[in-house]
Amino acid sequence: MSGASDSNGQPWVGRRLRRKEDPPLITGRGRYTDDHSLPGMLFAAIVRSPEAHARVVSIDASAAKQRPGVHAVLTGEDLRLESPLPCAWVPPGVEMNVPDHWPLARGEVNHVGDPVAVVVGQDRYAVVDAAEDVFVEYDPLPVVVDPQEALRDGAPLVHEQFGTNRVHRWSLGADDVEQVLERSDVVIERRIVNHRTSGAPIEPRAVLADYRSGELTVTTSTQVPHFVRLFLALMLGMSEERIRVIAPDVGGGFGAKLQMYGEEALCAAVARHLNRPVKWVETRSEHMMVSHHGRDQVATVRMGATRDGRLTGVHIQLVADLGAYLMLLTPLIPTLGAFVMTGCYEWESARVDITGVFTNKVATDAIRGAGRPEATHMLEVTMDQLAAELGLDPLELRRRNFIPKERFPAETALGMVYDSGDYHGTLARLLEHIDPAEVRREAEGLRARGVYRGIGFSTYTEICGLAPSRIAGPAGVGVQAGLWESALVRVHVSGAVTVYSGTSPHGQGLDTSFAQIVADRLGISPQQVEVMHGDTATGPQGLGTYGSRSLSVGGEAIVKATERVIDKARRIVAHRLEAAPEDVELREGRFSIAGSPDRGMTLAEIAGEAYVVDNMPAGFEPGLEATAFYDPENFVFPFGAHAAVVDVDVETGKVDVVRYVAVDDCGPAINPMLIDGQVHGGIAHAIGQALYERIHYDDEGQLVTGTFVDYALPSAAELPSFETDRTETPSTTTSMGVKGVGEAGTIAASPAVVNAVVDALRPLGIEFLNMPLSPQRVWEAVQQAQEGVRA
Amino acid sequence: MSQRVSVRLRVNGVEHELDVEPRLLLVHALRDELGLTGTHVGCDTSNCGACTVHLDGRAVKSCTVLAVQADEAEVTTIEGLGSPEDLHPVQEAFWEHHGLQCGYCTPGMIMAGADLLARNPDPSEQEVRHALEGNLCRCTGYHNIVKAILSAAETGRRGAIHEPAPSAVGRESAEELAEQGLGA
Ligand code: FES
Ligand code: FES
Repeated sequence: MSGASDSNGQPWVGRRLRRKEDPPLITGRGRYTDDHSLPGMLFAAIVRSPEAHARVVSIDASAAKQRPGVHAVLTGEDLRLESPLPCAWVPPGVEMNVPDHWPLARGEVNHVGDPVAVVVGQDRYAVVDAAEDVFVEYDPLPVVVDPQEALRDGAPLVHEQFGTNRVHRWSLGADDVEQVLERSDVVIERRIVNHRTSGAPIEPRAVLADYRSGELTVTTSTQVPHFVRLFLALMLGMSEERIRVIAPDVGGGFGAKLQMYGEEALCAAVARHLNRPVKWVETRSEHMMVSHHGRDQVATVRMGATRDGRLTGVHIQLVADLGAYLMLLTPLIPTLGAFVMTGCYEWESARVDITGVFTNKVATDAIRGAGRPEATHMLEVTMDQLAAELGLDPLELRRRNFIPKERFPAETALGMVYDSGDYHGTLARLLEHIDPAEVRREAEGLRARGVYRGIGFSTYTEICGLAPSRIAGPAGVGVQAGLWESALVRVHVSGAVTVYSGTSPHGQGLDTSFAQIVADRLGISPQQVEVMHGDTATGPQGLGTYGSRSLSVGGEAIVKATERVIDKARRIVAHRLEAAPEDVELREGRFSIAGSPDRGMTLAEIAGEAYVVDNMPAGFEPGLEATAFYDPENFVFPFGAHAAVVDVDVETGKVDVVRYVAVDDCGPAINPMLIDGQVHGGIAHAIGQALYERIHYDDEGQLVTGTFVDYALPSAAELPSFETDRTETPSTTTSMGVKGVGEAGTIAASPAVVNAVVDALRPLGIEFLNMPLSPQRVWEAVQQAQEGVRA
Repeated sequence: MSQRVSVRLRVNGVEHELDVEPRLLLVHALRDELGLTGTHVGCDTSNCGACTVHLDGRAVKSCTVLAVQADEAEVTTIEGLGSPEDLHPVQEAFWEHHGLQCGYCTPGMIMAGADLLARNPDPSEQEVRHALEGNLCRCTGYHNIVKAILSAAETGRRGAIHEPAPSAVGRESAEELAEQGLGA
């Protein structure tokens, strides 16, 4: 029962409909957290450690407290919290060292920026002044910054009590992988560094907590309001129903706001303590320093093949720098990547061994792609290395090893079951847009002028639609939650519709795509569908927006709830028009009787009957709404093929991406315009990592790239326009066939760019480079190569 | 910092007299004193451009200007550029071309785009990209932002663009917003 719905009979799904979200946002009428104020509101500023590792000897707040307008200075013990910040991953059978992590440090600081005290007062600026008047005496402890260094015997310990910096070990795959590699004609080994980055949404985090008469309302810039509510309840020792968490307009997340942050609990505890609303707004410098980071994995990849280019085995040994604490999903991130480390290919054997490590840096956790960009990067870069070793065209090596489309659902060498795929199809489509031979011809011409042009590819598959609870939950992968999604579809008396989703979109445009889905099914216009989310007081329990889950899990819950509404609508129509409910069908915006299309009712007429009731039979339950929960049976596995063309200036080391072509397959499109937008943003994010962005700590654990001056987010001037296309291979997991696309660009793009740069520089004898390909790194590589030639 | 100074600002066509600390940034005067929260703050080093407004007709980063420096100046914010009922062509083009996702960089982007078109009504793609160098967006990859500004330029060449000064409707709703006071 989908079907035609607007006047010209075309479904709303599939159209490039402009967004319902936009009018307030383009006119300055959005409402982000810092746009909210309350009477009597106080501001908080946080005193943070300048040391990477130290004992806190004393805190003297007397001068700060004497400043005018300062209401309180609180330290760790003052907060009266019942439990520390959570880590929600407890993998069965895996030993893990989990340190306590409090919103304000208790006795020891473990990274630069670790919060020590909070100053609360009347004025935004004055609390910052007062925070500088809090004198903290630190007794510095030895610092460890490099994860491999941290694993050595005798390395300084981040957490003394564990006697090691190792957090955990986790493996997936076959024991025989090394034997398989030994038998292979060709084996290569590469050390792939995936450096630390920041999510860097343009809206930094912000929290406004209001506690009155035993009720707590927290407005916070988060992707997961329901999680925040639950953890606030646990930490504050409050009953969950007394807490309301609101994610208003949220200015981007990219995983950096998929977290239960100390500041959320801190503002709530201080609001309760002082009985005044408290607001805290993160500065950009704080964001770079204390909002969790992403990536930071070093992998040794061993990959084997036969002489004629059949892949045999892949063994990945990965050291993941988790930072000083385990936050919500910190140790899970490399595991999430491990699930797709076999990529689009068939292997005899595969294995991933992960070691998590503590260092004196802020925690890593989910940043756009969360483990899958790292996995795809190490795999796709090594594929190009192997192709070079075999003297094969990199695309030919891929084609020889793609899982053919007939084999889906396909179980991989790592035990995942991919729902659907057509890897040859996306690659063939990509090559309709870009001809590698032509790029190589251009490259020949340019080289004479000192410009080295190269082309690089990546063919990826990712895992999203988080998550089937039985696979991902406590007894499976070990996430301490179900990972379903909920929806409530409410038809109002007038026939207008409100949809409540448990997801918490923050820029993805789901208000629009959800409305398109519901409008088609109910025979109304998307304009008549209001989509609400991000407020724990308005709908059923939800789980938020991350892991490209909102459409494939949240959207499916909406479909399920809508179907329940339709069932009831049919019964109402059947009763009024004296027909059988099975004979009621949606035609041209009316629920009419099969065979006699003139007999029918609009949704508004049906709603009238449902709420006025007097025409309905005895025992009829009034109202027209339904709630549904949807727990997927499997993940979904979007895929695609990307190509980057780069120009390298060998005099300066500067890399320019001159063309970027992406073909992605996330199943049937609900709104192609939104898909393109997600892909564009994802690509830019990964080009940022490949070429510009790097979180860098010096040997003392001091953050060197702590502002937008030194952490180089790409601007419009550094990027080209992107060429995007799609193929549509429906998922067999979801009823709509949809997959997910929020992270695809980020997962695919960094290896394409790195492979392109290496391709460009091969004529100079450069065979391999690690990110970020900053001018300095590229220039040095070119110098070395040229000296090598001269020598 | 108890010393305060008086500042007269004309914001979206409305006169305001404010009593402020000399160190108050223009962006905080607009947001906290006048309740015009459409102008955003995204950094503390003048890199992101989320705070872009027009000061006497030119785009500036309002986190880099003290309120006292704007004394007697004419300020246009995103609220005054156009209203939901009467969009400025750059706003319209951002909507049409999906030039925004989370919307946080958007007011600054639109103000920067409108400023560019006022100076250069027929920019090339490269000129648009360079003009936006001081405005960061994490969501869109800039592709659709650039497209939107080029399309607004086209609209302008067809004669439909007006100066980035407040329209009548823009002024009214800006007044309304200002009246709602703190934190609007
Ligand atoms: S807030 Fe003004 S440039 Fe970032
Ligand atoms: S739309 Fe989100 S930062 Fe630009």
